[in-house]
Amino acid sequence: MTTGVRPRRRGPDPRAVRSSLIALVSTIIVFGGLGWIIVHAPGWPEVQASFFNRAVFEEALPGLLEAFVVNIELFMAAEVLVLGLGLVLAVMRGLPGPVFLPVRVMSNVYTDIFRAIPGVLVIFVLGFGIPGLGLVDPRTDQRLFGILALTLVYSAYVSEVYRAGIESIHPSQEAAARSLGLSRLQALRYVIVPQAVRRVIPPLLNDFIGLQKDTVLVSFIGVVEIFRFSQIESAATYNFTPYVAVALVFIVVTVPLIHVVDWLAGRSRAGARPRAAATPPRVGVL
Amino acid sequence: MRKLSTLSLGLIALLAVACGNTGGSASPAAPGSSAAASGAPSASAAAACTKDSLKTATAGKFTIGTDNPAYPPYFQPNASAATAPWKIADPTNGQGFESAVGYAIADKLGFTKTDVAWIVVPFANSYAPGPKTFDIDLNQVNYKAARTQTADLSKGYYFGNQSLVALKGSPLAKATTVAQLKDSLFGAQVGTTSYDAIAAVIAPTKKPLVYDTNDLAIDALRNKTLDGIVVDLPTADYITNVQIENGAAVIVGQFQGGTPEYFSAVLAKGSPLTDCVNGAIDALTQDGTLKALVSKWLPFQDSVPVIKP
Repeated sequence: MTTGVRPRRRGPDPRAVRSSLIALVSTIIVFGGLGWIIVHAPGWPEVQASFFNRAVFEEALPGLLEAFVVNIELFMAAEVLVLGLGLVLAVMRGLPGPVFLPVRVMSNVYTDIFRAIPGVLVIFVLGFGIPGLGLVDPRTDQRLFGILALTLVYSAYVSEVYRAGIESIHPSQEAAARSLGLSRLQALRYVIVPQAVRRVIPPLLNDFIGLQKDTVLVSFIGVVEIFRFSQIESAATYNFTPYVAVALVFIVVTVPLIHVVDWLAGRSRAGARPRAAATPPRVGVL
Repeated sequence: MRKLSTLSLGLIALLAVACGNTGGSASPAAPGSSAAASGAPSASAAAACTKDSLKTATAGKFTIGTDNPAYPPYFQPNASAATAPWKIADPTNGQGFESAVGYAIADKLGFTKTDVAWIVVPFANSYAPGPKTFDIDLNQVNYKAARTQTADLSKGYYFGNQSLVALKGSPLAKATTVAQLKDSLFGAQVGTTSYDAIAAVIAPTKKPLVYDTNDLAIDALRNKTLDGIVVDLPTADYITNVQIENGAAVIVGQFQGGTPEYFSAVLAKGSPLTDCVNGAIDALTQDGTLKALVSKWLPFQDSVPVIKP
C-alpha cells in the first residue's frame, strides 16, 4: 500500500524565486553603491589614471599574457616534481624501525630547513651561486634554476601535507592490508596513500596555488615572467595599471582552478561513499 | 550556484563602474608642463624664482630626492662613512655629477648649500600619484614622453648614450657593429632605457634577462650567465673600473640610437617649481657650468667607440 506521495510541483518554487530576486537586487545595490561612492571620491580621477587606465591595460595585456606562459611552464614543471618529491619525503619520514633512523633524520632536516628559508633566498642562491661556482654550464637556462628552487622549497611543505594525510588514515586500514599479506610498502601503495591523497586534496591545492604565486620570485634571477614584464611596462609608462592587470590574470587563472578541483574532489569523495548513503531512501516503494 | 551568480554579478557591477568611467584614461600630457618647453625664461619669470617666492616642500629648504645606494660617478663616497642613511656614496658632499648638478640648480634658485636637503626616494615612488616629499628628484631618469603623464620632467641636464659592457676576452668584447651583437644574451635593469635600448637598437634573437638592480646584472655577467649588459655610459665606466675587479670587464662601445637621450629631473605633476628649474638648467647650460661638470665627473664620454648600426 502506498502512503500519500506529494504530487510533483510544476515549475519553480515561488518562495525560492522571490528570495533569489531579493538577493540579486540587494547585491547590486550594495556593490553598485560602493562603486558609486568610490568613483565619486575626490582622488578618484588620479587613482583611476594610475591604476585602472584602460589604454595602458590594453597595451600591456598581450605582452603580459605571453610572459605568463613562462609562469605556467614554471609551476607546471615544479608541481609535478613537488608532488613526487613530497611523497618520497613523507614516506621516508614514516619508515619504522631503528635501521631507518638516518632516513627519517634526513627527511626531517630537509623539511625543517626548506620550510624555514625564504623561497626567494633559495632562488637567489641557486640562480647566482651555482653558476658562480662553475658547477654547471653558465649558460644553463635560468628557468631551470627557478624550477629547481621552487621544487626544493615546496616539496618540504607538501611532504608535511602528505604526512598529515597518511597519519589520518585509521591504523585498521594498514592492519587489514598487512593481514591480507601485503608488505608495508604495498600497503602504502595500494591502500593508504590513495586514501590519504584524496583526503588532503584541499591543502595540496592550497600549496599549488601558493606555488603559482611564488613563480614570480623567479624574476629575481632575470627571467622575464609576468611580474617582471609588468614592472617593465609600469616603469615605461610611469603607471601602475600593469600590476592590476597581473592581479587580474592570476585571479582569472586561480579561481576557476579552485572550483574545478573542489568539484573533482567532491566527486571522488562521493564515489568512495557506500551507494546506499548517496541517495535518500524512497518512501512507499514496493 | 545561485549565490555564486549573484555575487559575481555584484563584483562585475563594481568593476564596470570602476573602469567604465573613462574620464581619466588615455589623457594626453597636460599642456605647459612637458620638458619640451620653449627657450630662456623672461626676466619677470626669473624674478619669481627666488628662495622666498618658491613653494617648496619645506619652506626655505630645497629638497632633492635620489635612490639609495647612490653610486659614482653620479655621487661620490666620503673619505669616512657616508651620513646615514646613505650607502656607498653620500649625496650631501657635493661631489659627483648629480650631487654637483643638484647644488648648482639650488644655487641658481637662491638656495645655499645648507638649505639643500637630500632624501631617499626609490625609483617607483618618484612617479607615484599623490603629493611629493621632494622638490626635484635626480636619479639618472631618462626623459620619456610617456613618463610626463604622471610627473613633470625638466629639461636635460646630461646628454649621453647607452653603452655595452662585456667580459674582457669574450667574443662580444671585439664587436664593432650592431649586427655582430644579434646572437648574444644581454641583461639590463628593469624599467630603464638601457633595457629599451636592447630591444630598440640591438633587437637580439634571445630574450634578454632583466634584473631588479644593475648589481644583479653585474653578478650575472661575472658568472658568465650573460654575454653583455647595457647601462648608461657613466655607469659603464664605474663598472669596468671599480665594480668588476681586475679589469675583467670592458666597455665594448656606446650606442647612438634614434632619439638622443638625456637625464631629466623629476618633479610632481604640475609642480610650481618646474618653470624655475628649467630656467636654472638653461642658465647652467648657457654659462658652461653643466659642460664643466660633465668634463670633471664624466670625462670618458668621447673616448669610447661607437658601435655602428
